[in-house]
Amino acid sequence: MDNLNVGRHISGQFNEDLERVINHVMSMGGLVEKQLKDAINAMIEGDEKLAKKVLKGDYQVNDYEVNIDDECTRIIAKRQPAAGDLRLIMAIIKTITDLERIGDEAEKIAKVAQESFSKEQRDLLVSLENLGQSVLVMLQATLDAFTRMDFDAALKVHQTDDKIDREYEGLMRQLMTYMMEDPRSIPQIMSVIWSARALERIGDRCQNICEYIMYFVKGKVVRHTSPEDMENL
Amino acid sequence: MITVSPKTLNDVPAPLDLANLTPEQTALEIKDLNLFYGEKQALQNISMKIPKGQVTAFIGPSGCGKSTLLRCINRMNDLVDICRIEGGIELNGEDIYGKHVDVAALRRKVGMVFQRPNPFPKSIYENVVYGLRITGEKNRRVLDEAVERSLKAAALWNEVKDRLHDSALGLSGGQQQRLVIARAIAIEPEVLLLDEPTSALDPISTLTIEELINDLKKKYTVVIVTHNMQQAARVSDQTAFMYMGDLIEYSDTNTLFTTPAKKKTEDYITGRYG
Repeated sequence: MDNLNVGRHISGQFNEDLERVINHVMSMGGLVEKQLKDAINAMIEGDEKLAKKVLKGDYQVNDYEVNIDDECTRIIAKRQPAAGDLRLIMAIIKTITDLERIGDEAEKIAKVAQESFSKEQRDLLVSLENLGQSVLVMLQATLDAFTRMDFDAALKVHQTDDKIDREYEGLMRQLMTYMMEDPRSIPQIMSVIWSARALERIGDRCQNICEYIMYFVKGKVVRHTSPEDMENL
Repeated sequence: MITVSPKTLNDVPAPLDLANLTPEQTALEIKDLNLFYGEKQALQNISMKIPKGQVTAFIGPSGCGKSTLLRCINRMNDLVDICRIEGGIELNGEDIYGKHVDVAALRRKVGMVFQRPNPFPKSIYENVVYGLRITGEKNRRVLDEAVERSLKAAALWNEVKDRLHDSALGLSGGQQQRLVIARAIAIEPEVLLLDEPTSALDPISTLTIEELINDLKKKYTVVIVTHNMQQAARVSDQTAFMYMGDLIEYSDTNTLFTTPAKKKTEDYITGRYG
C-alpha cells in the first residue's frame, strides 16, 4: 500500500477513512476472485451446489459495491480530496463498478453450470477450463497490481488481454465446428458460448481496472490509447 | 497519442500557456523578484506572468510570502522601512518600481481589498465615492452614477439602494466587504488585489463574494491570496503555490488540483505533512 501514500495526512481521520475504503475494495476484490474461481469449478465439475453458492455470493458483491460507493461519496463531501487523493477516489469508484460486473459474469457462468448437459456436452464445458484459468490469473494479477498501485504491473496485465482474446477466438472456432456437425447440440453449445463470452468480458474488465491504476499513478487518462503510447507515459 | 479531447465536449477552455503569454494577454509580469525584510529574504527569484481578465490565486502555508508578493503589486511594501526589493514588476509593460512612478496613481490602477472589511466611518455613499472625491471629482451626477455602477458590480446595490446615506458601519461583515470592493472598483482600476477577502466572513457571504469575483474578472484582472484551497480551486483560473518564499508551481487551476507536477504542491493541497 506504500504507493497509495494514504497515511501521511495531517488529519488522522482522513487517513482512516481512506484506509478503510481501500481495505473494503481489497476484500471486495478477494470475494469476486473467489466467486469466479467457484463459478469456473462449478461449471467444469458440474457441481450444482457450488453454483448455488456463487449465485448467493453475488448479493454480497453487490452490497460491497453500494457500500464502497457510499463511503467514497462521504469522503468527497467531507474531505474534498485533491490531486492523488482525488484520483484514488475516482479510481476506486470506477474499479468497484468493474468488479461488480465481474461478479455478474461469474453469476452467469454459475447459471450455465446448473443446466443439464449430456456427457459429450459436458466435455465441451471442460474445454473452457483453459480460458477460465487464464482469466482467473489475469484477475489475480490485476488485484495484486491494485493493492500495490504498481504502474508497471498494471501495464503488463493490461497486455495479457490479447492472449485471452486469442484463446477465446480459438474456442469459438471449435464450438462453431461442433454446431455445424451436429445442429441438435446448438442450444447447449450456445450456453457454452455465453460462458466463454462471460470469461472474455472479464478480461476486458480487468483491463479497465489496470487503466484506472495507471490513471491514479500517472494522472493521465490511458483509456482509448494505443499500447505503445501507454508504455511511454 | 489518441486522447479524449476536451474539444469534443466543447466547454472546457484550453488553459493558457502561462510561460509564453503574449504582451496583450499579460496584465502583470513579475521578473526575478527578490524581497528582503532586513536580513531575512522573504521572496526568492519570483518570475511569473499574470494574465489579463482572469483570476489568479496565490496559495501556500502561512509565512510563505504570498501576501508579501501581493503587496508588492501595488507597492504596499514601500510602507515597511526595512523592506528592500530587487527585480521588478511590470504592469502592462511598465515597471511599477521605476523612478518616476507616482505611487498614488499606481494604486488607483491597482486596487486592494483586505482580510477584514475596512469601511470608513462614513455613509455607504461616501465610502464608494471616496476615491473619486480625492481625485477632485465634484459633479454630483458623475458621483451618483459611480455609486450605482460600483454597488451593482459589487452585488450590493439591491440591499442598500434605499439607505445609501446610512452609516457603512451598520452593514453586516459580508456587506461591508462587498462595499469595500465597490469602493475599490469605483475608480475603475485595472487590477484588483484581494488579500484573503473572505477569511472573516460566514460561508454564505463567502459564496456571494466568490460569485462576485467571477463577475469581476470580465472587467478586471483579479489576483487573490487565500488560505482556503477549495476557494482557490473554485474561483481561480490559475493558481500559484508558494512555499518559504519560493514559487513552487504555477499552472492552470484544473491541472494544479488534479495532477500537480511537484510533490510539495501535492502534499500541501492534499493536506499531508511536508
